[in-house]
Amino acid sequence: MVKQKYSKEKLVGFYRTMVRIRAFEELAADCFMKGMLAGNIHLSIGQEAVAAGACAAMDKEDYMTTTHRGHGHCIAKGGNIDKMFAELFGKKTGYCKGKGGSMHIADVEGLHHLGANGIVGAGIPIATGSALASKIWKDKHVTVCFFGDGASNQGVFHESLNMAAAWHLPVVYVIESNRYAVSTEIHRVTNTEFLSVRAKAYNMPGKTVDGNDPTIVYEAMKEALDYARSGKGPYLLECETYRHQGHYCGDPAAYRPASYMEEAHKDDCIPCMRAKLLKGKTATEKDLKAIEDEAKAEMEKGLKFAEDSEWPDPSEATTEMYSSDNERSVVR
Amino acid sequence: MSKKISISKAIGEAMHEEMVRDKNVIILGEDMGVMGNVFGITRGFRDEFGADRVIDTPISESGFVGMSVGAAMRGMRPVAELMYNDFMTVCADPLLNQAAKMRYMTGGQLTIPMVVRMPMGSGRRNAGQHSQSLEAIFCHMPGLKVIAPASAEDAKGLLKSAIRDNDPVIFMEHKLLYAHKEEVPDGEYTTPIGEAKVKREGTDLTIISWSREVDFSLEAAENLAKEGINVEVLDLRTLVPLDWDSIVKSVSKTHNVVVVSEEVKRGSYAGEISAQIAEDLFDELDAPVERVCGLNITSPFSPPLEDVNFPHPADIEKAVKKVLNK
Repeated sequence: MVKQKYSKEKLVGFYRTMVRIRAFEELAADCFMKGMLAGNIHLSIGQEAVAAGACAAMDKEDYMTTTHRGHGHCIAKGGNIDKMFAELFGKKTGYCKGKGGSMHIADVEGLHHLGANGIVGAGIPIATGSALASKIWKDKHVTVCFFGDGASNQGVFHESLNMAAAWHLPVVYVIESNRYAVSTEIHRVTNTEFLSVRAKAYNMPGKTVDGNDPTIVYEAMKEALDYARSGKGPYLLECETYRHQGHYCGDPAAYRPASYMEEAHKDDCIPCMRAKLLKGKTATEKDLKAIEDEAKAEMEKGLKFAEDSEWPDPSEATTEMYSSDNERSVVR
Repeated sequence: MSKKISISKAIGEAMHEEMVRDKNVIILGEDMGVMGNVFGITRGFRDEFGADRVIDTPISESGFVGMSVGAAMRGMRPVAELMYNDFMTVCADPLLNQAAKMRYMTGGQLTIPMVVRMPMGSGRRNAGQHSQSLEAIFCHMPGLKVIAPASAEDAKGLLKSAIRDNDPVIFMEHKLLYAHKEEVPDGEYTTPIGEAKVKREGTDLTIISWSREVDFSLEAAENLAKEGINVEVLDLRTLVPLDWDSIVKSVSKTHNVVVVSEEVKRGSYAGEISAQIAEDLFDELDAPVERVCGLNITSPFSPPLEDVNFPHPADIEKAVKKVLNK
C-alpha cells in the first residue's frame, strides 16, 4: 500500500484523520453508554478509511451530503470537534444549536457540508440537486454523496443516478458498503455481488474498491472527482468496508456471523495502516503514538466544551422554523 | 389599468416575470419544457430560457423534488411542479422530511427557497388519484408555507411572492379555476403571503374559504342576500401562515362562522380553523362553527357521485341557515 508516490505528510495525514475519527466515535460511544447522551448515535468505527481517503481527494469548495452514520465525513472534511460534540449533547453551541443532533450535523458555509440525514437515501437526490446547481452555474464544484449499501435499494438512488447520468451532473456517489442495512445482509436482498454494477444501467462509470485502505479510496476518488469535474457526468464508487458496531451504539449485532468481525479486525484500516507506516519506516512508533495521544486529547477537549456549554433556552424551540414570518407561522 | 387573462395565464406570467428578474429561478417537472406543461402554462419557456432552466424531468417525483431541495440549498430558486397534488404521496419524503425540516434541523444554516406548484381539486371527473385537496397534509407540517389562491390577480401576485420567499412554499392551484378569465393589474406587482382578503362584506355570518370554494361561497352569499341574510366571505388565500387577525376581525363582527373547503372532512384544515376559533373566539360566537367539506370517501369518478363529494352553493347556504337557526 505505502508507495513512494505519497509523501510522508500525506500518508501520516490519512492515518491522523482515521485516528481522529475513531477517537471521536469511541469517546461518543463511551458517553452514550454512560447515559450522558440523549437519543441515539450511529458510529462509523471501521469505516474511517473511506471518509479519510475520499475527503482528502475533494477540493475544499466541493459539496458533500452524508448520512445518519456521518460523523467521520464531517471530521475528515475539517469539521470542528467542539461543535460536533456540543451537537451530540444537544447544547446551544453545537453545529445546529442542538436542534438536529448526531443525525443532522451540517456546516454549510464553512465546509460546504449540506448535512447528514436521518432518512436512508434522502441525501442522494439532494446531492444531485446540488450538482444541478453547479452545472447551471458552471462553478466547477463537485458534490460528493456518501451513503450505505442499504440506501442503494431506495428508489431515489435509481431516480437520481438516472437523472444525473442523463444530464451529466458533477456528482460522485460513494457507497460505503458495510454489507448490513441494520440487520439485513446486502446479498440477501440484492442479486449482484457488487453494487457498482448498477452504474452500467445508467451508462455511467462504476467501480468497487477496497474501502479499508485510504490510499486506494483516495486514488479512486481522485479519478471519480476528475471525471465529474471535467463535465463528463456522475460516477459511482463503491467502497467495501466494515461496520464494527451494530446499527446503533449499543446494538449487539447478534444477526451477524462471528466471521464478519473476524474479517473486520483483520482488515481494520487503522492497525493495518499503522503496521505499514512502521514497516515502511514512514513514521516511527513515537510519531504514531503522538498522533493517537493528540487525537484523544482533542476529543476530550471537545467533550469538555460540550459539557461546559449551555443548554438551549426552551424559548428557542420555536425559532428558526421559518426564515420569514416565523412567529406567526409557528403560533397557528 | 388592468387586463383580463385566465388564471393559468396569470400563473405563467408570474413564473415568466420571475425568471426574467432572477436567473436563479428554474422550473422542473414532468412535461414542463418541450410540451409547455399539460395545462399549457409554460408554453414557449424552454425556447426562451433554455433547457437548463426549464427542465423536463422523467417521471421521478421523489428524485426531482429531492433535487429541488438540494438546488435550493445552494441558492437556486426551483419552481417544481407536481402534475397533480395527489402525487405528493410518491415524494412525501423530500417535501415533508427534507424541505420542511432542513432549516430547523440545521439550526437555521440552510434555507430552502423552493416552490412546489400543484394542481388540485375536484370536479374534473379524474377519480380518486387525481382529484384530491390535500392542503391539510401540508398545513400539518411545520416548515412549509401553503398558498391556495382563488383569483387570477392573487395567483399571479402570490406566486411571485412565493418564488421570492426563502422558505419552501406549497402552491395549490385548482384545476377548474385555470380557465377563468379575470382582471389582473398591468405591470409589476406582488401580493403579500399571509394576508386574507374580504371578498364580500357582510354582517350576519362569516364564510371562511379558499381556492375554488370561494367562488361557490360568493354565489351562496348572493343567493342568501335575496333572503335577507348578509354574509361576509373571507378568502384566506394563504393557509400557512394563517391571517388570524382577519379572522378575528370578521368573527368579532358577525359572531357566526362557516368554514368551506373541498377537503375530506375528517382531519381537514377546515377543522383546524374551526378548532382555533372555538378555542380562542368562543365568547364571540353565537353558535358552533360549521364545516362544509367533502365526504370521508375516495373521490369518485362518476359525475353524480363526484358531485356529492365537494360543496356546492346550495350546501353552503344550508350550513349558513343551520348556524343562523333559520
